[in-house]
Amino acid sequence: MSGILSSSIAKKVSMALSAFFLMFFLLQHFAINILSVFSGNLFNQVSHFMGTNPLIQYVLQPVLIFGVVFHFVMGFILEIKNRKAQGKKYAKNNGAANSTWMSRNMILSGIVILLFVLLHFIDFWFPEINTKFIQGDWSGMHDGEFRYFQELQHKFLSPLRVGVYCLAFVFLSLHLLHGFNSAFQSVGANNKYIKGLRSFGKLYSILIPAGFIFIAIFHHFNH
Amino acid sequence: MDLTLKIWRQKDANAKGKLVDYKVTDISEHMSFLEMMDVLNEQLVNTGEEPVSFDHDCREGICGMCSMYINGEAHGPDKGNTTCQLHMRSFKDGDTIHIEPFRAAAFPVIRDLVVDRSAFDRIQQAGGYISVNTSGNTQDANSIPIGKAAADDAMDAATCIGCGACVATCKNSSAMLFVGAKVSQYALLPQGQVEAADRVMDMVAQMDAEGFGNCTNTGACEVECPKGISLENIARMNREYLKASSKG
Repeated sequence: MSGILSSSIAKKVSMALSAFFLMFFLLQHFAINILSVFSGNLFNQVSHFMGTNPLIQYVLQPVLIFGVVFHFVMGFILEIKNRKAQGKKYAKNNGAANSTWMSRNMILSGIVILLFVLLHFIDFWFPEINTKFIQGDWSGMHDGEFRYFQELQHKFLSPLRVGVYCLAFVFLSLHLLHGFNSAFQSVGANNKYIKGLRSFGKLYSILIPAGFIFIAIFHHFNH
Repeated sequence: MDLTLKIWRQKDANAKGKLVDYKVTDISEHMSFLEMMDVLNEQLVNTGEEPVSFDHDCREGICGMCSMYINGEAHGPDKGNTTCQLHMRSFKDGDTIHIEPFRAAAFPVIRDLVVDRSAFDRIQQAGGYISVNTSGNTQDANSIPIGKAAADDAMDAATCIGCGACVATCKNSSAMLFVGAKVSQYALLPQGQVEAADRVMDMVAQMDAEGFGNCTNTGACEVECPKGISLENIARMNREYLKASSKG
C-alpha cells in the first residue's frame, strides 16, 4: 500500500481528489455567499446553521481543513520533486508554443491563493473559531442581532481589501482554468464526454470566481 | 541563407558545457536541419575543430534518435516532426538558432547534443512487451477478433518512437506520455490483457525510479510529440494503474 501511495500516479490522483473536494466546497461557499446579495436575513440564517451544525463543525470542517492543507502540501511536494527532475534549465525555452500560461504556473497561482486563504482566515475564520471555541459563544448574535451579515458588510468597506480579494479571485480563476480539467485527466476521465466537461470546466472556472468578485464589489458599494 | 547557431558544447558527462556561437553560410532552404548540422561539422573538421556530436540514424522520422531542442522547442518549431524531418525553410536568412540537448535529470548529457535515453529502455524492459512462446505453435494474431476502434487506438499508441521529446518539453520532465503510450498499446489489445496489471505497475515503478517528474497535465508533450501521441494514453494509463492497484 505504501508503494501505491508513493507513486507518481497516486500523487496525481490524490491531488485530483482533493481538488474535486475543494471545487465542491467552493461551489457551496459561493451558493451561500450569493444569498447575501439578495437577503441579509437569509444569509444570516444559513450562516448560523453552517456555523453551529455539529456535523458541519465537527466532521466536515476538519475534513475541509485536511483537504486544504493536503492540497497545498502535496502541491509543494510535487513542485520540489519536479524541479529536481528537470536538471539543467534551457537557455531558450518557448513554453507558450505548447501549453497555457495557467498550466505552467499552477504553483504561482497556488501560492497567491494560499496567501489569500490566510488573509481570509484572518478576516473571517479565526475570529469565528475564537468566538465559538475559545469564548464559547455559539449564539451567533451581536447587539441582539445575527452578526454574520454585518461582519461581511464591515469587511468589504475597505477598498484595499476588496481589491486584494478581487485579485485573488482572478488567480483562483486562472488556477481553476487548468486545474478543473487537469483533475479529471488525472483520474483517467479522458473519453467522449471530455469536450463537454472541458466547456463546463471553463464556465465553472470563470463564473464562480467572477461571482465572488461581484459579491465583494456589491457589498463595498451597498452598505 | 546565412545563420548564427548557438550550440550547446559539452566535452563529456562531467564537463560544465556552454553555448558556443557558429556561423554557417549558403544554407539551402531545402536542406534538412541535420544536413545543415552536417555542413557545420564539415566546416569544423576542415578548420581542425571538434565536430558537434548529435544523435541521428534513419533520418526519416522513424528511429527516434534525433533529439535536439531547437529555438526552445523539442524537434524545433514545426509540429508533428522529428529534427531530421525539420527543413531549413522553417527558418529565415539571418536567424539565430539555439540548439540545445534534451534536458532532464533522467536524460544526462553524454556529449554536446547527445543525451543518455537508456532510462526509456529500462522502462520498456520492466513490462513493455507481451510474453509469447515462439515455439512454432504460436496463435496467429489475425485469428483474434479485435474491434477497429481499439485496433486503431493501439496502433496510434504504438507509433511512439521513444524519442523523448515529451520529457524534454515537459516542465516537470515527466515521461508519462511515453509510458502511457507503451501501456496503452497493449492494454487495448486482448494479447496484452494477461500481463496488464503487472505491466502498468512495473513500468510506472521503473519510471519513478529513473527520476522522471510528475505529470501536471500541461499537455505540452502531446503538442510536441512528433507522432501526435494523445494525452488520452496518459488517462488510460492512470485508469489501468488504479485498476491494477485495486486488485492488489
